[in-house]
Amino acid sequence: MNTLANNIPINYYLILSGILFCIGVMGVLMRRNAIIILMCIELMLNAVNLLLAAFSVMHNDAGGQVMVFFIMAVAAAEVAVGLSILVLIYRNVKSVDINILNRLKW
Amino acid sequence: MYVVNKNFVPQINMNHLSQTISFSQSGIGMACIAIILTPLLGFLINGLFNKKLSTSLVGIIACAAIIIPFVLSCYLFTAIPEEGITVHLFDWINVGNLHLDMSFLVDHLSLVMLLVITGVGSLIHIYSVGYMHHDEDYPRYMSYLNLFVFFMLLLVLGSNYVVMFAGWEGVGLCSYFLIGFWFKNNEYNNAAKKAFVMNRIGDLGFLLGLFLLFQKFGSLSYHEIFGAAPAVLNGNATVTAICFLLFVGAMGKSAQIPLYTWLPDAMAGPTPVSALIHAATMVTAGIYMIVRSNILFQLAPSASEFIAIIGTLTALFAATIGLKQTDIKKVLAYSTVSQLGYMFAALGVGAYDSGMFHVVTHAFFKALLFLCAGSVIHAMSGAQDIRSMGGLKKYLPITHLTFLIGVLAISGVPGFAGFFSKDEILSKVYASGHFVLFILLAITSVLTAVYMFRLYWLTFHGKFRGTHDQQHHLHESPTSMTFPLMVLAVLSIVGGYMGMPEWLSEHHLFSSFLHPVTGSAPHIHASHTFEMVVLAVSIIALVLIAYTTYTQYVTKHVVPEDDNQLKGVPKLLTNKYYIDELYENAITKPLNSISAFMYNFVEKYIIDGAVNGTGWLTTNSGVLLKQLQTGNVGFYVFAMVIGICLMLLKLLF
Amino acid sequence: MSQIAFYILSFLSVVSALLVIFSKKPVHSVLYLVFCFFTIAGHYVLLNAQFLAAVHIIVYAGAIMVLFLFVVMLLNLNADIEPHKDNVLKVSAVVAGGCLMLIMTSVMKTADTMPIIDSTNQIGVVKNLGLALYQTYMLPFELLSVLLLSAMVGSVLIAKKEDIENLPQ
Repeated sequence: MNTLANNIPINYYLILSGILFCIGVMGVLMRRNAIIILMCIELMLNAVNLLLAAFSVMHNDAGGQVMVFFIMAVAAAEVAVGLSILVLIYRNVKSVDINILNRLKW
Repeated sequence: MYVVNKNFVPQINMNHLSQTISFSQSGIGMACIAIILTPLLGFLINGLFNKKLSTSLVGIIACAAIIIPFVLSCYLFTAIPEEGITVHLFDWINVGNLHLDMSFLVDHLSLVMLLVITGVGSLIHIYSVGYMHHDEDYPRYMSYLNLFVFFMLLLVLGSNYVVMFAGWEGVGLCSYFLIGFWFKNNEYNNAAKKAFVMNRIGDLGFLLGLFLLFQKFGSLSYHEIFGAAPAVLNGNATVTAICFLLFVGAMGKSAQIPLYTWLPDAMAGPTPVSALIHAATMVTAGIYMIVRSNILFQLAPSASEFIAIIGTLTALFAATIGLKQTDIKKVLAYSTVSQLGYMFAALGVGAYDSGMFHVVTHAFFKALLFLCAGSVIHAMSGAQDIRSMGGLKKYLPITHLTFLIGVLAISGVPGFAGFFSKDEILSKVYASGHFVLFILLAITSVLTAVYMFRLYWLTFHGKFRGTHDQQHHLHESPTSMTFPLMVLAVLSIVGGYMGMPEWLSEHHLFSSFLHPVTGSAPHIHASHTFEMVVLAVSIIALVLIAYTTYTQYVTKHVVPEDDNQLKGVPKLLTNKYYIDELYENAITKPLNSISAFMYNFVEKYIIDGAVNGTGWLTTNSGVLLKQLQTGNVGFYVFAMVIGICLMLLKLLF
Repeated sequence: MSQIAFYILSFLSVVSALLVIFSKKPVHSVLYLVFCFFTIAGHYVLLNAQFLAAVHIIVYAGAIMVLFLFVVMLLNLNADIEPHKDNVLKVSAVVAGGCLMLIMTSVMKTADTMPIIDSTNQIGVVKNLGLALYQTYMLPFELLSVLLLSAMVGSVLIAKKEDIENLPQ
């Protein structure tokens, strides 16, 4: 019944999620808009999720996919809190540029 | 005549190994555990509720906590089979190849100690109720006494060396508590510290001995060690080292040269404490330990020889000091040291049963003498100097009579307890071929009689030399104090008859009772003629001593001079041969100067320098590193990514 | 057939991810990211992880991205608010990210075997996953609800406008 039966090597998934992850890292590095940075973090999380799911299927172990599920829940919580912090910051300084948020130092 | 044979192997009858039972298994087990735990319970109740309890209740609890064990001990006395019983309470330590049980060995040796501790202990507890109940810290005092009894029972009942050591340390601790009981007086505190430190020196030896034992046998239980000892240790130098180290422990606890100076100072504690701890029980722990380990000591003739010599020297040395002391308790303290020396001399020549016999009789008469001294001090409102006493006979009739019995007993007057045990030691020392030691011990015996009669005449006869106030206040002590005196006086008379010499009775009750434990030691046989000669000489000597001291101190009213008017030998004796000063100069002062150097140089510059230097370094490197914290998040992320890159690179290569 | 699907999906994911980080307007970024998430859901389907695919679309594309979109529009951030383009920063970011990718790929290449994913297994269907979730992972699953609850309370508390004048003293 399974028409999608495939035989893609695990390395392909490794490389694909590596690429996605690095795009996320690049985004975090070069963008200064905090919302975009948060989105890039989501992208990185998804790269990892994809890999987890791939390994889960490969090892025939549900644990990996359950882990993906948990990561999604944690990501949702993280986004909710992160965005509310951003709203608060924006309300105070009228900007979400991370470069002006540099008071957290000695 | 007994000749020390190097290749002598004690015969251990393996059938003598006692049976092991669980504590809940039989009445004996339950009784044994109850004996141990009742004093602890008494300590907890009195110690925790302290001043919330009424004075009479405190006394009742404390006395019950020792009388119950005494009754149970009497039950055990009738119920224990000859080979003894090991009562297993729980597995204590089980690590690697070290297996220690919290279990108790009840055999004839521990029964003897058990009866002495609980019996004499009960009397002293009753006495303490009368003696101490005015003290504001009375509940604390009683709880310490109970705690002491608990540890002492642990010491004698333990079925392995570690349980014994736990009790050993515990009694030392309680001794420290009780010597420094009146802690507001700094001198008493110093005496307590001195006792503790000196005991620690001995304990170190004991502990090292235990380590050696464990290394040799892989076990510390009596059964395993004594069972394997002849095979493992025969002709081995280790056994001498072990015995020597164990004896160092005994030296500390039982106040032998050179660790004896704490015992006279320990008289700072309340008098019943001196009677219980520093005369009857704790100080005999060393003797108990050596008798318990007699199998080992039989294998180490040179260590035994050393014990005999040290014991004899201590006996003589302390007796000479006792001649010139003027504090009633100090005289008794030196006499205790001297008598302990006797016991060690007996152990050293292999007469373990005689040593134990003297422990028992000494417990009776020395506790009696101390308690009488306490009664005298009580009547004298705290004064302890015999120069201000005299003529107390008519004010304190019961104390006088019982004290006289104690003096006769310790001097070895035939028919009293001390005679049997002491003459037995003397004749066995002679019979084992130690002629010089015999002469020294005989001289000690004479000296003992001299200072005891001197003490007796000066205290109870002649004219009263104290102040008028004191004379007015003189009174006999209450019944709670005189009752124990009377019981102990009776024991000091009849206590000796369980060990009558061979020419009087075919059966030496005490010796045959201890036979299961000490039976492997060769029997030392003294000739009856010799014993008769000793008896005759001692009677003549005692009469002479009693007469001369009487004329000296009663007829001629000679009173010891003030300490600073003395010259020559008497001055030397009064100042205890300046041993304390010698220790002070030879050990304490160098140690203090080393400590001062350590403090002034090592501590201040090296250790503090290292500590402060670390702080300085941390602060300044922090100042440098904080430049990195820019607050720029982008920079942080960069740093992070580069770090990740480096880590992955490391994975690659 | 699935190989081709994989290649197409991968290509779309990478391109849309790149567009996320390079587009100038935040709203565009959000929309590209939504698309990217759809392609990842496609990967899940390819792996026969149907439950994950569904949850992924519901949670990510449906909830999280809508939240992003909502915040962007609420704060009116669609204008290009990044004050000046720091080209050095951009180049160095690309270089650093590229380095990371290179190293990661080479590290992954050292994986010695290349096992084939047999996606005929039924591990990802709802029934099997549900059993695992409610048997083995029962406790973490329940704890997750506490986490979500606290996140909810936390975000409400943080974003609430504080009425400074009326604070109880």
